[in-house]
Amino acid sequence: MIEFLKNFASQNAFWLITVIKIALLLFIVLTVNAYLTWFERKVVAHIQSRWGPHRVGPHGLLQPAADGLKFLFKEDPTPAGVDRFVYYLAPLLALALSLTALAVIPFSPRPLELFGQKIYLWITNPDIGLLILFSITALSVYGIALAGWASNSKYSLLGGLRSSAQMVSYELALTMSVVGVLLMTEKNAFSLQGLIEQQDYAKHVGFLGWNIVGWTRNGFLFPQIIGFICFFTSAIAETNRAPFDLPEAESELVAGFHTEYASFKFAMFFIAEYTAMITVSCLATILFFGGWYSPFPDTHFWYFTHFIPSITLIPFGLWVIYDGLKYETIWGKLVLPVIGFVMFAIGATLVALPAVNDFIQPVFWFTAKVFVFLFFYVWARGTLPRLRYDQLMNVGWKLLLPVSIGNVVLTSLVIILKGAR
Amino acid sequence: MTPTLLIFFVLAGLAVLGALSLVIQKHPIHSALSLIVVMVCLAGLYLLMGAEFVAAVQIIVYGGAIMVLFIFVIMLLNAGEEERTDFSKLAKFAGLPLALALTAAIAAAVVKPAPDIPSQSVIPDATRLISSMLFQEFVYPFELTSFLILVAIMGALVLAQREKK
Repeated sequence: MIEFLKNFASQNAFWLITVIKIALLLFIVLTVNAYLTWFERKVVAHIQSRWGPHRVGPHGLLQPAADGLKFLFKEDPTPAGVDRFVYYLAPLLALALSLTALAVIPFSPRPLELFGQKIYLWITNPDIGLLILFSITALSVYGIALAGWASNSKYSLLGGLRSSAQMVSYELALTMSVVGVLLMTEKNAFSLQGLIEQQDYAKHVGFLGWNIVGWTRNGFLFPQIIGFICFFTSAIAETNRAPFDLPEAESELVAGFHTEYASFKFAMFFIAEYTAMITVSCLATILFFGGWYSPFPDTHFWYFTHFIPSITLIPFGLWVIYDGLKYETIWGKLVLPVIGFVMFAIGATLVALPAVNDFIQPVFWFTAKVFVFLFFYVWARGTLPRLRYDQLMNVGWKLLLPVSIGNVVLTSLVIILKGAR
Repeated sequence: MTPTLLIFFVLAGLAVLGALSLVIQKHPIHSALSLIVVMVCLAGLYLLMGAEFVAAVQIIVYGGAIMVLFIFVIMLLNAGEEERTDFSKLAKFAGLPLALALTAAIAAAVVKPAPDIPSQSVIPDATRLISSMLFQEFVYPFELTSFLILVAIMGALVLAQREKK
């Protein structure tokens, strides 16, 4: 029996590894999603001088679990007069598409060698990764538009209409803003791994080698800062987040396209939106901020920066232990020190095992950058007022699109003048 | 049966089913959804032939932009279910024979041994080849086509403006 299992495993290693990787990525992303809601509520609360969730678990850390259980056990009524097939299809479509997008994101160039297999930290790495992401963005309009239409409610319909108009308009600016980066790459322009590795001058000059600054082996090319601003603005609009969250503007449309959705179907839209945020943050990291490259040069002198994960984890862990010991509730006194100790232990392990430390460097920088962008999302939501609908259309068509086209023209001009191609 | 052939038959079957459903469905939104299924299946078929770029563009342009516009217009007009009228007499008598003739013509073309096109092998850097062909060799036809589209857009604008008075 064991022999048979071993044979089976070695013959189908690729499939087994891929399935395990998918399961693991889904688990991680869904957990990050859940805690992103906690993070968002906490940050927005502190921006507005409130405490945010703090009743369920210490510092409200179990709030996502409570919310999840609530979603699962709530009554799930189907409103009268809905188009049943489309009504059920829409949340499924939204969730499936946004989760599919994660399959092409590469997190680290270094494979994990386990049981004689090279396990890369991506699910698949196609040559057209960027185009796949764009096609998923193009299709993800349907989840929202169809939900609005199928609900048989005027608020939903208006939300759906708004979202489809908004997403079609901003998709143009989103795609055009990326072209500048594509012009700077030399080969394999659409492979996400290729796009990161094109910025490999970052190994010598640190963050100056990222596309946002634009120092390459051929000298300074055009900094993609304009491209990045256009990209991130239109990406916020594409993911329907504040200040562009008109499809669900609660003061005008109740809850917009998901007014008639309850319970887990609503949760599916929610998860889809947060996953889309993560995907966009990954894409911004890959295209403009050097992907997995550290902001410091990869030379002997800068080797101490490899300990940055430990330097952040160890003091933070100690602080969590200290904070836990003086927490008001018994539950907090028990749980927080354990969390703090785990952080401390991870930090200490990284110092003790240089091989592991080197392995996690790319992953650490990639996720760190992604979290910075996620913080940006929350920050924008906490500070910026929602645009009016005509302002939204003006920004998309009359500002972002011309500026991003101008960026393409400037970038190509600079590349030709410098004779880099 | 190789996996490739299996995927081909699944995609081709779905595409045909989607096309049938497009005609049969009574509600315009359902028809549009069926058309999206057809578009996505076609993209899958292109992918199967190793044309990665064409597949992605198929989804982005046809599956995304154009079909979103369809759905947007249907939603905006709030079109209800179609009413079935009796089929026209011409369709009754001429339709079936003509459909049969068309099927026969296509079948005859397909049955003929096709020229041997190397398929399923991904051409490295195909996107670069496509773009250099589009922007160097065929730049004039390409620009002419975009000019045609521009004219069409302007025509639509003029027609829309006239009603405003």
